[in-house]
Amino acid sequence: MKVARLQNWAGSGTPFIWITASAVAISLIMVVGLLSLLAFKGMGHFWPKQVMQGNYNPPIASRAIATSEFIGERVQFEAVAAEQLADNGFALSLGVDTYQRQLVKFGNRDLSESDFGWIVMEFTSDIAYPADIVVLERRRWGNLYGYMESVLQQAKEVVPNAGDQSTDETLWQDFQQRLQRTAQLLEEISLLESRQLARINRQIEQLRRQQSRNELLISEPAQDLDADVRQLSLLESQYGDFQTRLNNLAEQVNRDSVRLITANNQRIEIPLSEIIRAYRPNQLDFTEKLTLFMTKVLEFVADDPREGNTEGGIFPAIFGTVVMVLLMSMLVAPFGVIAAIYLREYARQGLLTRIIRIAVNNLAGVPSIVYGVFGLGFFIYIVGGEIDRQFFAEALPAPTFGTPGLLWASLTLALLTMPVVIVATEEGLARVPRSLREGSLALGATKFETIVKVVFPIASPAMMTGLMLAIARAAGTVAPLMLVGVVKLAPSLPVNGLYPYLHLNQKFMHLGYHIYGVGLQSPNTQAAMPLVFATALLLVAVIALLNFSAAVLRNRLREGL
Amino acid sequence: MNSQLPDVIAESKEQTAGPVITDTTAATCLHQSSGKSRRRLLQNQVAGLIIPLGGIGVILTLLLLFVFLLFEVLPLFRSASLELFTEFSLPTPANVQTLHLAAMEQGSIGFRLTDDGTASFIDLASGRLISQEKLPLAEDDVITDFTTTMGNGTLMAVVLASGKALVFVRQYRTDFSTENKNRTITPFLVYPLGRNPIALGSKGIPTSLAVAGQDDSIMLAAWDPTGHIRVLHAKRERDLMSTIDPAASSAYEIYTSSFNEETSGDEQRILIDSTLRHLWFLSESGQLRAYDLKQLFAGNSSAVDFTLGITEPNLSAAQWLPGADSLLLPDSVGRIHQFFLNGIDANNPLLPARVFTVSNQSLATLVSERRAKNFISIDQQGFLRAFNATSNRETYSVQVSAGAPLAMAVAPRGNLLVLEIKPNRFSVWRIDNPHPEISWTALWGKIWYEGYAEPDYIWQSSGTGNSSEPKYSLVPLSFGTLKAAFYAMLLAAPLALCGAIYSGYFMASALRRKVRPTIELMEALPTVVLGFLAGLWFAPVFEQHLLAVFNILVILPFSILLTSLGWSLLPGNIRQSLPDGWVVVLLLPVILLAGWLSFVVSTPVEIMFFAGDFRSWLSRELGLDYVQRNAMVIGIAMGFAVIPTIFAIAEDAISSVPRHLSYGSLALGATPWQSLYQVILPTASPGLCSALLVGLGRALGETMIVLMATGNTPIMDFDLFDGMRTLAANIAIEIPESAVDSTHYRILFLAAMVLFLFTFFINTVAELVHQRLRQRYSGL
Repeated sequence: MKVARLQNWAGSGTPFIWITASAVAISLIMVVGLLSLLAFKGMGHFWPKQVMQGNYNPPIASRAIATSEFIGERVQFEAVAAEQLADNGFALSLGVDTYQRQLVKFGNRDLSESDFGWIVMEFTSDIAYPADIVVLERRRWGNLYGYMESVLQQAKEVVPNAGDQSTDETLWQDFQQRLQRTAQLLEEISLLESRQLARINRQIEQLRRQQSRNELLISEPAQDLDADVRQLSLLESQYGDFQTRLNNLAEQVNRDSVRLITANNQRIEIPLSEIIRAYRPNQLDFTEKLTLFMTKVLEFVADDPREGNTEGGIFPAIFGTVVMVLLMSMLVAPFGVIAAIYLREYARQGLLTRIIRIAVNNLAGVPSIVYGVFGLGFFIYIVGGEIDRQFFAEALPAPTFGTPGLLWASLTLALLTMPVVIVATEEGLARVPRSLREGSLALGATKFETIVKVVFPIASPAMMTGLMLAIARAAGTVAPLMLVGVVKLAPSLPVNGLYPYLHLNQKFMHLGYHIYGVGLQSPNTQAAMPLVFATALLLVAVIALLNFSAAVLRNRLREGL
Repeated sequence: MNSQLPDVIAESKEQTAGPVITDTTAATCLHQSSGKSRRRLLQNQVAGLIIPLGGIGVILTLLLLFVFLLFEVLPLFRSASLELFTEFSLPTPANVQTLHLAAMEQGSIGFRLTDDGTASFIDLASGRLISQEKLPLAEDDVITDFTTTMGNGTLMAVVLASGKALVFVRQYRTDFSTENKNRTITPFLVYPLGRNPIALGSKGIPTSLAVAGQDDSIMLAAWDPTGHIRVLHAKRERDLMSTIDPAASSAYEIYTSSFNEETSGDEQRILIDSTLRHLWFLSESGQLRAYDLKQLFAGNSSAVDFTLGITEPNLSAAQWLPGADSLLLPDSVGRIHQFFLNGIDANNPLLPARVFTVSNQSLATLVSERRAKNFISIDQQGFLRAFNATSNRETYSVQVSAGAPLAMAVAPRGNLLVLEIKPNRFSVWRIDNPHPEISWTALWGKIWYEGYAEPDYIWQSSGTGNSSEPKYSLVPLSFGTLKAAFYAMLLAAPLALCGAIYSGYFMASALRRKVRPTIELMEALPTVVLGFLAGLWFAPVFEQHLLAVFNILVILPFSILLTSLGWSLLPGNIRQSLPDGWVVVLLLPVILLAGWLSFVVSTPVEIMFFAGDFRSWLSRELGLDYVQRNAMVIGIAMGFAVIPTIFAIAEDAISSVPRHLSYGSLALGATPWQSLYQVILPTASPGLCSALLVGLGRALGETMIVLMATGNTPIMDFDLFDGMRTLAANIAIEIPESAVDSTHYRILFLAAMVLFLFTFFINTVAELVHQRLRQRYSGL
């Protein structure tokens, strides 16, 4: 009975069906697993972690200090074979096959040579999570872990830490107040610099230019010149005032500092202006952690990068991606739709049109790097070079448009996504019933009116689908951009307050390239990893959202007809 | 658009509801009315003009993509052109012969040295004499040999009958005149070792001289027929001041060494290579003797002897190719032999690399270009042939004169050729030879490069210096591309096809509506994210848990089959509790468990069977070296990217097979698997084929994953644990740095065009297959 069943099982092909089913299951696990990995690693970076302290005493003969103290966050945890440890110089006792080890972020990059390190748990002792450990997020050198010793004002101790619970709390309160004050001052400074000082600078610049122009034309009345000179000196004195105010503020900002004791009793003094944020992770409850998490996420989305892109935010990359994609849509939408209308409504339907249709369809499958090569060779070197020769000859040999930039990147991606838009729009146009067109024409509408007023409204979801797919593709494509305009770190945004506001010739930052650049080429990969995961998560989320909306639109379109 | 003619829109056959609309009625109606109607008509006409224009414009722009690639690539294969620029005569005393002719880099200035010691600078465009100076020789002295260096190229030396030598350099000064914005170039000679000829202390009259070196280190060697050799090394310290002010540089210190060579008595030619390491003697009988210069100055004059294997070499025409890693030696029957310098310690210090058959008799002249591995030869009949050594091809040829010319010079950039065709009669040729190093063999064949033991396929575009050979073999790159695509397809094809079969035929449609978008989500994942994960997360994890990856391959199929068997052995009521087509849900935990198990058992297995370290076991026992970013990582990451592409098309093909076929088969008693295997798959096979093709196309052109998750080393090794460099990644890496319109730039365009044509072709085939499939379905 059992044997017969077994034969039946094998003979009916059930195992094959199960194998095909497992292929689906594996694919599903791969997608979901990858997305979860991204989400976990990406979001985990912002969640405040417990900071541990302990002593480490590995049996390595070459180590100078036998026992050392460490403070840090756990990053990774794994089992390692004893043989591998032995290869690294560990003198191990026999009989143990595997050891647990963990990767710890020690921070304090300015004090120790490496801010990450592996610790074999077997050789640690006195592991604790003291409540008064402080994490300082700094503008430079990354995180600092330690205990607060005292707060200093103009290098004099104000509140020393007596060691008991109550003074510890007062010290913390005082420190937080001073930190807030410093943050306010810093904001004031940046406002002064970006608004007032920039305005005066611009005015002075204008006056100077006018002066030098006047000097060329001697016929100008002298009185005018005097007025200019007076105004200039006024502005210059204003500028001087601001400068003194700024200097004052800078002095005030640098008033306070804080002294900490880090691992192995090292003392370090940090000016408060260097500190972005300070918290005691082992004391935080869930809501506090959540608040901190949200703040950090916000900082990530809205701030500029720091420390060679390995810390801070990715706002310029988000902004660059959005501007580039917008420009691209503005190019691809009208031209793609016109081409589709031509192919479907105006062109004579014959062999040639069919060939063109297949060719356009296949262009979507051409590797993106080929478009990048075209963009570089044609747009930048030929078109851009010609623009430079015609309009920016005075700047040559420094290229203005003959170099990778926003415009060329958008154009290249517009070309890359054109087939997607054309194919989708054509599909939409083909679905419009013939009777509608005939009805419209019969009522006396011209062909153009029929297309605009009858065909368009029905086909518009298809066009939107195409555009959205194009945007999703453009946002995720990096290879051609590497040739036509992205940079790792752009000095300014492609759209800003300076004339002509939209800088088409400027290089820009891009989320995808940010992942490539920071992930692969940053000096401290270990420190940059969490940020790259977060960036990747953001990019995937945006693109998934775009694709999802396109799918919803497409479904609605299919249901509607 | 002409509104009188009906504008017919005829839908192609495959469209179901194709409108056929004529515009005539509306237009004719509007003709009669006026005002607003006329505006509407105009609007319609303008639109009818603009839309086709715009549409055709867009389509042409897309077409331009291909045309432009072709436009950039074609010059690579265009042959060189040559045209006579001018001819002129120079008034010179009778019986004076040209010793050396040269063309300078700046402007079109020629240089001529005659055997009476007169150096002349000539404007090659007009034949005008710019300036002339006499070498500072004694009245009664006679020049017995002249020589010049290859490397820097402007160092020249003559040796005199009195046994003295004079070293001189061509230089120039550029002046800008502000008035007419012209620049004038004034050429002149300088004598780095002084204007007085240096006594070499030869015993006889030296007849062969060699010079090598650059500004701060000049080496001279002279040979006389008694076999006496003098070597002189002039060195000076380079300090910071001398780069700013040449006058501040310190004086040369001169070291000499002399020895007697046991000579066979026949004529000899001596050469020094530009690295100043060896002194070479070539004798007429085809013997070669080499000395180590460092040893010579240390007082050790031991030599190594070899036979070249050439009868009657034309010693006076022997030439170094730029970089001095290979020597050109013509023989008496019109062949030019190229030898690679192999170091005198090696078995064969001069490797015979190539032979160029130029003529059937002895050559008149041979010169090599200074910047590229090109050389130009002229035979006794005045027929010129130019070659590129690397690509082993003739670049151009022309009849330049009736007989053998007296002297020849080629400009450093290889764009100007000066010939003395008759005594004091010169002709100047313009050459356009932009890409001599490219030929079909250079791109796709094995090439023997300097410094290599044998011919090989090598891609190494960025040479270390001007003189190094660029190595442009596209074979390693194409190989890498195919390798990456192969490993990706190895993972993706079975997974995606099996998945598509299950999802398209067996899966419950309620589940399918959820599964399909999830797998389509894979397609939306930007490849840069996949590349990042593969390179920075998977690669280290795989390295750490290599064995676990292999464990999965064993454990997973077993656990799936076991589950299937176990399930079939369960009582019927339990089995029926899971509706048809929901097996996937059952399998999810099984697969996760199998994966977890693979990791858990990997450490014990590693300790039990592989001495605790699988990777070192691999390299010890199988000789496989593990590179962290390897083909396995690529296969998985790129497979991931390709799965959704294949899945979507294949699933479409399977699910759109008319259902009545499968019902019929099932009704006749076939099991579901049998009807799939016998009925559905054969019908859908063109669709599956086109799915695989489109997937392959995507894998071939993928850039970011390969860029980030391989070491990008252009090696030819099919090993699973080695990296590769693909065409696409190579373009991304190299094109931003390559000079516009250089050979390198154009070759990268060629690579792009290869990619374009390949994917376009594959996609077209896939599309045609797909269309046939649709026709087949409509017939069923």
